[in-house]
Formats: sequence, structure tokens, C-alpha cells
Amino acid sequence: FALRKKKYLCSLSSSAEDKCRIFMRHRYNACVEILLEHLNHEQFAVKESALCCLMKFAAGQGQHPLEDLEWSEHHSFPRGIILAVVENLTSKTTDNTLLISRFQEFLEMDDVRYYVMSALRESVGKVMEKNKGTLLPVYQNNVFTLMSSISMPSQQSELTNFMVKLEGQLLYLFFSLEDNHKRAFEKMWLGFLKYKLPSNMYKKLLVILHDSILPHMSKPALMIDFLTAAYEVGGAISLLALNGLFVLIHQHNLDYPDFYKKLYNLLEPTVFHVKYRARFFHLANLFLSSSHLPLYLVAAFTKRLARLALTAPPTGLLIVLPFIYNLIRRHPSCRVLLHKPSTEDEPVEDPYLMDEEDPAQCRALESSLWEIKTLQKHYHPDVAKAAMMISTPLSEQEEDISELLELTTYELMERDLKKPQDKKSIPLEFETATQLLKGGGDVLAHHFCLVSDE
Amino acid sequence: MGKAPKKRSLADKVRKTKTNAAIKNNPFEVKINRKKFDVLGRKTKHDVGLPGVSRSKAINKRKETLLKEYKQKNKASKFVDRRLGEYDAKIAPEDKILQRFALERQRIHEKKDMYNLNEEEELTHYGQSLAEMEKFNDMVNSDDESEEKGLLSAELTASHFGGGGGGGLLRKKTSGEQQQEDGNQRAKSRQELIEELIQKSKQEKRERQVRKEEAQELTEKLDQEWKSIQALMVKKTAKAEHTDKPEEKPKLDEYDMMVRELGFEMKAQPSEKMKTPEELAKEEKEKLQKLEADRLRRMMGEEEETKAQSQTRIKTSAWNLFLSPLIFSDPFFPLVGFLFYNFIKFFFFLAPESYEDLKDLLCGHTPENQRLIVARTQKCNHPSLAVGNKLKLQKLFGFLLEYIGELALRTSPELTAVDKLLPELYALCQMSPEAAAAAVQLVLADAAHSMEEQIEVKGHAPFPTLDSLIYLKLTALLFPTSDFRHPVTTPALLYISLALTKCPVRSLQDATAGLLLCCLAVEYVSFSKRFLPELINFLTGSLHLAVRDKTSLGYTVAPPFRRAGKCSDLLVLSDPESCRSWRKKPLPLSATRCLELKSDLDRDHHRLTCLSVCLDLVKRCCLLYNDLPSFSHIFQPVGSLLSKHLSIQTIVCLLQELHREIMDAISSAPTTHRRLVFNKKKPIPLKLLTPKIVEVLDYGKKRGCTREEREKERLKHKYKKEFKGALREIRKDSRFLAREKLNEVMNRDAERKRKVKELFGSLATQEGEWKALKKRKRK
Repeated sequence: FALRKKKYLCSLSSSAEDKCRIFMRHRYNACVEILLEHLNHEQFAVKESALCCLMKFAAGQGQHPLEDLEWSEHHSFPRGIILAVVENLTSKTTDNTLLISRFQEFLEMDDVRYYVMSALRESVGKVMEKNKGTLLPVYQNNVFTLMSSISMPSQQSELTNFMVKLEGQLLYLFFSLEDNHKRAFEKMWLGFLKYKLPSNMYKKLLVILHDSILPHMSKPALMIDFLTAAYEVGGAISLLALNGLFVLIHQHNLDYPDFYKKLYNLLEPTVFHVKYRARFFHLANLFLSSSHLPLYLVAAFTKRLARLALTAPPTGLLIVLPFIYNLIRRHPSCRVLLHKPSTEDEPVEDPYLMDEEDPAQCRALESSLWEIKTLQKHYHPDVAKAAMMISTPLSEQEEDISELLELTTYELMERDLKKPQDKKSIPLEFETATQLLKGGGDVLAHHFCLVSDE
Repeated sequence: MGKAPKKRSLADKVRKTKTNAAIKNNPFEVKINRKKFDVLGRKTKHDVGLPGVSRSKAINKRKETLLKEYKQKNKASKFVDRRLGEYDAKIAPEDKILQRFALERQRIHEKKDMYNLNEEEELTHYGQSLAEMEKFNDMVNSDDESEEKGLLSAELTASHFGGGGGGGLLRKKTSGEQQQEDGNQRAKSRQELIEELIQKSKQEKRERQVRKEEAQELTEKLDQEWKSIQALMVKKTAKAEHTDKPEEKPKLDEYDMMVRELGFEMKAQPSEKMKTPEELAKEEKEKLQKLEADRLRRMMGEEEETKAQSQTRIKTSAWNLFLSPLIFSDPFFPLVGFLFYNFIKFFFFLAPESYEDLKDLLCGHTPENQRLIVARTQKCNHPSLAVGNKLKLQKLFGFLLEYIGELALRTSPELTAVDKLLPELYALCQMSPEAAAAAVQLVLADAAHSMEEQIEVKGHAPFPTLDSLIYLKLTALLFPTSDFRHPVTTPALLYISLALTKCPVRSLQDATAGLLLCCLAVEYVSFSKRFLPELINFLTGSLHLAVRDKTSLGYTVAPPFRRAGKCSDLLVLSDPESCRSWRKKPLPLSATRCLELKSDLDRDHHRLTCLSVCLDLVKRCCLLYNDLPSFSHIFQPVGSLLSKHLSIQTIVCLLQELHREIMDAISSAPTTHRRLVFNKKKPIPLKLLTPKIVEVLDYGKKRGCTREEREKERLKHKYKKEFKGALREIRKDSRFLAREKLNEVMNRDAERKRKVKELFGSLATQEGEWKALKKRKRK
């Protein structure tokens, strides 16, 4: 490669004769083609050096343009090479994640980034049109990796790193952050999101959406359609879409009808088990921190969370119990859920309707939180203690649940394991153990034996 | 010289006290302070005052201090006593005098005797030269007197009083002696005699000193020996006295001995009476009841000091344990009886120092023999036999635990061996609960940690292996599972919960392991009836695995189960007809790891077994959680699943009974509850207006405030008192000074008056004389 490059450099500097020039031009083009082919080589080292070499070519070509500037209205950026590189990087058959992470270093340069973005938009449009919007997991994955590795500068003044040097006037013409860069970024993402995505990519995308995509868009409101669609998918994807929606509602004045109704319906037994539990409860806490929420809504949320708590693991319970208490503290009228003295002391059936989708109709306010009373018999002492709090009026001070959000079961175990047991000796079982399967109601002995009979 | 001032001061004191007594008895000097109340037994210091004495004392004091200062006022020069050590309080007066004397002598010596060749200065006695006195023989012995003071040995008296008849003074005796010797024996010069005498007395003195020292040494030695014995004596004095007494007594005659023997003869001691089996059972029952009550208290989470704890430990005499089963009634005995070496090896097991040692020890023995070996090791190393044994046995517990884990992990798990080792493990655990708890905690923490790590990486984890399951079961056997919070069983339950929520069921083995965990969970909470949501979730999920038609579910399943998808039909029978040949039989524990199911029929049978286990567990849970207020909501998924999807018609006839029981339990549960209300608070009592009467027990003391306040009050009072006292003193001082000044003025005036008078007088006489002269001249 070095030899060829030298040749090419020679062609630029020395030769004055046309014939020689044409010959050299042909050689150069052939060389570029071969390098582009090498981008799909099996060995990563070859791919990597081909990529580096191509980018050096592009830099050289930018400084010493092949054509005269007079009839080129654009400034002389080697768009052809970049487009070809991008097309090869986003291969349909091989996963180029490693190579793309190598390419990230070139994306630091502002003009390269700009042209890569526009090239991506074009190529995605072309490819997806060709496939009529069907899923192309490898291709989409490559595109997504490349797109998510683009990190946008936050201020105009940071636009200083260029592959091809530019004068001041031109710079503002072509690379003003607001006009060109952000718009290119936005178009690229919208072009990508237009098409159907595989569900795991949905999740990845939604995870990064609120902090690395939305702030860099010139009109974040354009994402509304995508986010509302995602919010209506249900399950974990809805949970993740919440974050982006929150940004839009909070900062961009999005008016989302039935937002709370949908949030209410998101509460399923799975929320306590998914990976994004901490994020969900953090956001739910934010959404429900408003003091202007109607009473029926808060009661419905409280009752539903309490009902779900019947299936939650102890770590989830340690979040949800303080969560419920905080809700009741913020809305003191909800105290009837815990304390409803009545003259006729008759037992009543739970009027709450779990299957009702509308929080206004679920009759949560008429109910009581018997579930928490149930949890007073929970096996974990911390949960049982937390549930005991309903028997006395709640204190004024809200509990901080942010520390509990990331609690894992092992950490909970460590609380007991690491506790110094100096004060008294450890209680022991007093029924003498004679057989492995005996004891504790003989459940094990009833169903299992030490060795099979056969 | 040194004694003179001391004596005087003593005399002063005597005189003073005398006067004091005189004053005290003088009714004109005494002022009696009237008391308001007479309190019996109270000693008052100030009932009698001596105003005259105290006033004169105060005046004297002022004269010594204030007056001196006043006299020194406006005077620059000062009188300084330059005598040696005059202002040094450290030197004793005798030393001071001696030093002064030495200094004086030195000064005189330097000045006067500069050219004095005679080294010895002149010795004096009462101011007279000794050299002069030598000439008078009778004056000599006063020097010896000080040495021989109080010394009256026989020899000396003989030598002194020997021949002489009179008992006069010493100097007379010496002269008498001399005369006698002169007369009887050959003449000995007086000088020699004296020397001899001195020699003798000195020797005697030395001897006396030596003897005294020896005596001193001996006493010290005796003291030390006594001290060493004293400790023993204190304890056993009573006994020692008791044993000593008969020895001291004179020999007794036969009759006496007989009587005494009869007296001391072993009488039937009242021992604990043999208990009838009923009584024993009753006692045992009482003990168990006590322990049960204790357990219940802990279950409620009440924090109290456990006193009954020590009782639960088995206390057995080591030797008793060691000897009884060991000697003959032992199937192991003939095995090892051949060689003494073997005997030693097998009967006196050393506690293993490492896990490898234990493995070597147990390797190749049948389970029963392994148990015997461990039991013997434990008995040979009973803590009461040697100091370090407790630690050894604690280690042994850890090794055994590890060994059991290994046994469970072998390709064909040797669970019978585990079963046999269990009683030993239990006994070891009872012996040192803390160490055992720490060991089990370590094992659980390791298992949970590795699972948590896998969950962090992959989001789920495989089911715990058989060793972890065995450990969990052991935990339940060794420690109480019903405690509100227990350092071992609470983490164990959390571990079960973690496994039940994070381990997806992907095979029949997984399902078996999951059901085993469920069994364990039910056992853990069977006594305390605590609510374990994960258990219900898992059982619902397992039943869901058996549902054929996964559309239109009337319930939701919680993770790790999914509504539909891969591995969600694990328990669906491949052939509905296979249930005809199925009989329920217990599953082997090894089924959690490997299953040899060749045919579809076998697999279906296993599925049916799992299903029956699952239904049985659901039934047990129904009974356990019957009292919970949300019972119907907890079991709503199970109920709808069983009624709609696994209805009684579709299920095997053997399981129909279980099915019916569950449905009955679910439907019969009460669905109505009382509304929640806060616990009733104790009403705050109204303010009462009747005066509060407090009985005052200690009169005169300030009460009702904190200690600091009282201290402050006391200081304030003291300050006030001192301030007043100081003011009074100052007033008295100024009065004293004024009086002194007045005195001075008066004295001065009187002096002047006297002088003027004198002058006038002399002038008058002069005048008189002059007039008389004039008269005479005129005449």
C-alpha cells in the first residue's frame, strides 16, 4: 500500500504530462477500488489497514483536489471515497462492529462526521427501499453501531477539527452547527427510524435515546411519533420509551393525552423483574411527584402497586413499599386506603377491579391496602418491618427511595451475613436432626428420596 | 545543740494548751451559741465560741503580716538573713545547724589555723580542752557512754561491777577495777585494759548485728513462703482444720472409735429419685415447651436476651461419650483389632488439620463407617479433653460441610453418606454454634455471589447444583427457620428466592430442581407461615408449563416463566394415554441434575410426577396462607389456571383428589375483610388540676433540678459566702491599721509631751535656781 500511495503522491506533485496524469489517475482509482474490496476481507488486520489507508487517501485528496475548484461549486471534499467506505462498513452480511469502533476515531473530525451522516442517510434510504422495509438484522445492526458512535459536539466553538482545512467564511457556510450538522443528524436518525426495527435494537436505541440523540436534534418534537409508537408496544419497550417521552413532555411541551392511563397499564408483575426496574421506578416517582394529580389516579396507582407487590421479590418490595407510602404522604386524602374507620364494622369485599384499564373506573378509592397487611407476614424481616408501618400514622418526612433502586438480592443477603453477631449466640434448631430429608413438615421426604429405587 | 529549740517549742505547746484549757473553762471567755433544735446524735463544732481567743489570734496574725508590711511601707532597704539555708524549707533544722557549724569551722580554720601544723584541732568537752582533761582520770568515760547506752551484757557488768561492791557511777568503777587488777595479776597497763574492753564490746556488737541480719533474712524467707501457701490456705482452711483436728487428738479407745466409725459410716444419701418413664417424658415435654415458646418469641421478632440458649446445647461428659459406645458393642472393633497400630489409628483419631486430611480419613469407607469415624474423631477431641480441641472441632465442621458438598457433586451422588454424616454435623453444630453459622454463611454467600455475578452478566442463571440444595436443606435442619431474623436462615431464604426468580426452567431437570427448591421453601416457612411470593409465582409458572393451550390466559405468569415461547410446554404430556400406566413414586434427589429418560413414556411419567409434586405444594401453600387477608388474590392465578386450563376433567384421576382439595381451599377462603384502620392510640390523659403532692424525704437539700444546676447553685452560694467573708476581713484589716496608726500618733504625742514636760521642768529648775541665786545675792 505504501508503494502505491507513493506513486499516487508522485503523480500529484511531479508529472506534468497529460498522458502520465491519466495513467496515474487510472492507477489511483484502481487502487482505491482494491482497498474498498479489502474492507470486506476476512482478517481484521487487513480491514483495519485498508480503512486507515483509505482515510489517508481521502485526506490527501481533500488537500490536493483531483478536479479544479472553479467548476465544482462544493468545496473539495472527497465525498466519493467516504460514501464508498460507509457503504462497505454497513455490510449486509458481516458484523463490522470492531471496524466501526476503529472508524470512530475518524468521526472525531467534524467534516468527516458531516459527510458520513449524509452518506448514511442516502445509503439507508436506498437499501431499505430496495428491501421494501423488511428486517435486515446485520445491516441494521451495523448502521445502528455506526450511528450511535457518532458523538455530536454541543457548541459551535467546538467545531475546529477538520480533515480538510477551510477558511472562516466557508466554514460557516457549510458547517454551522445549527443549520447543517444538527439537521443532518436528525435526518439520518429519522431516516433510520422510519423502517421497522428488531426488538432488541429497539431497546438499545431507547436506552441511548434520551441522552445522546434527543439533545442533538434541531427539532426533537419530530421524535414524538416514534416514541408514542414505542410507548404503545407494551412491556419493556414501553418502559424504556418513558424516558424519552419524559424529556419531550418536560422540555418540549409535548401534550400527551392518556399518559397516566398508559403508565397505569404498564404496571404489570414483570416490572419488578425486568432489568430496567430502577429506571422505571425512578421515572414513575418523577411522574407521580406532581401534587396536581387527581386523587382517584393516585389511589389507583397505589392500589395497583400494592396488588403487584404480592408477586414481587424482596428487593422490589423494599422499593415499592416506601414508594406507596410516599404517594400517600404527598396526597394525604389517600390516607383512607390505610385508615378508614366506619361505624358499621362489617367486613367488606375488595371493590378494586384489577382488570379495569381506566384508573378512573377501578374503584381504588373504595378499597383498602390489605395487600400490605398481607406483607406483614413476609418472610424477609426488612419487608415485614416496612409493612408494619401501616398500623401507625405515617410520618411527614418522605423516604428517599433512590438508594434502594439499585439494591440487589445479594446485597440484601450481605446485610445479614456481614452483621456482627457479638451480642448473643446464634439460636439453633433444637429438634435433633437424624435424617437428611426429615424435618420441617417432611415435605421433601414426601416427594423425594435419596437414591432412586431402580 | 540541736535539741534545745525543739524542746522549747514543745514546752511552748504545753503551755499553750494549758492556757487554752484554762480559757475554755473560764465562763467569761466562753460564748455559748444557742441552738434552735436539739438533734440527737449530731455533733456540732460551733456550739461553744471563744471570742476573746479568736480575736487575739486574728490580731496576732495581723501583727505578723499586715503590720510588718505596713512598717516596711515606703522603705527601699530590706533586712536579709544571709545565714546558710535560712529560706530553704527543704533542709531539716538539724542538717541546717550541722552545715552551719561546718561552715563556721571551715571559716575559722581557714583564717586562724593557716599556719597551724598540728593536724588535729583541739577537742573540747563543755568548752574545756580534752587534752587538759586527760590528766584527770575520773573525767574520761563520758565519751564511751553514748556507745554503750542501754548495753548491759553479763560480761560487761561483771567487768564493771565484778570486784567492786558499790553500785556508784561508772568512773568510780573503772578506778576500782584498775586497782584490783593491779593487785591480782601482772600489771596490765590501763591503756591495754581499755583497748581490750573496747575490742570486746565491738566484737559483741558485730555479732549482734550479724545475728540480727540473719533473723531478718529468715523472717523474710518465711514471709515469702507463707505468701505462696496463703492462697491455698484461704480456700482450704476450713477443710484443713477439719482434717487436722483428729490427728491432734490423743489416741482414742476402742469404744470411742467404734462410735465414731458408726457416726461417720456412709449413710444412704438422698439422691435424685429414679424417675418413672412418665415423669421423664413430662420433663422432656416441659423442656420442649420452653424451647418452643422461645422459638415462638423469636418468630415474632421480639428482641430479648435469650437465656434458654445454653440449655439447648448438649452437655455430655466427654469420657462418658468416649467410653460407652467404644469398647465392645462396636461393629468396627473386630475390623481393627488385629494390629495395635490400627487400634491407635482408629480409636484415637486426630482431628483433621485440612480438608485433604479429612478426605483421606473418610476415603474408601462405607457410609456407616464414615459416620463412626467422624463420631470418634469428635469424641476423641472433645473440648473438655484438651485446650485446642474446640477450635479443631470447629474446623472439622467446615471440612465436613465441604466434604458433603463434594459428595453431592460426584457423578453418582453419595447421598446416603451425607445422610449418615448428618447427626454428627448436628452434634458439632450444637457444640459451637457461632463457628458453624459462620461456615454455613460462607457457603451460602459463595453460592449466592456466583449466581448474582451470572445474573449481572447474562440476566439469568442456571439452577443451583445439588450441593447448594443439600446445603439449603442442612441449614434448615441445623438452624431454626422460623426466626424473625436469623443470621443464617434469612440469607438462605433470600437465596432460594433469588433462584426461584432468576433461574429459567429450560429442561425437566430444571423443573425438578425448581420443585425441590419449592419443597425447601415450604419447609422453611411451614412453621412460621410467612408469605413467600416467589414460591407461589414459581408454582403457578410450573403449572403453566403443563397448560396445553396457551391462548386466552386468565392469569399472568411472573418471570422466570414466560407466557409462551421456547420451553414453555415442558410439562405438557406428549401422549395423553401415558397417564394410565403412571404411579407416583418419590423422585431421587439426583434427578435435579441428570435424568435417564429414554422413552417418551418415561418422560411423561416424570412430567406427571412433577405435576403431582407441584399440586401437592400448592395445596400445602393454600393451607399455610389461609389466614392471609389477600389469600384470594394470591391464589387467583392458580385458581383460574386450574379451573380453566387444567380442569378436573383433563387431569389424571390420581391427581383429581389434589385438584379438588385445592379448588375447595381457594373457593372457601373468606373474601371479605375488615377495613384497615390504624392501631388505636392510647388516649392522652386530660390535664388534672388537683395539686400534685410530692413527699419530701430529704429536708434541707435542694431538689428538683438537674445536677449541673445544683452544682451551679452551690457555687453561687459559696461565692457569696466567700465574698462576704473577704469583705469582712478587709474591713477588719483597715480597722486594725487605723488602730495602729492611732497608736502611733498617740505614742508620738505622748513622747513629745513628755519631752516638752522635761524641757519645761529643766527650764523651771533653771529658773528656780537662777531666782534663788538672785535672792541670795540680794540678801
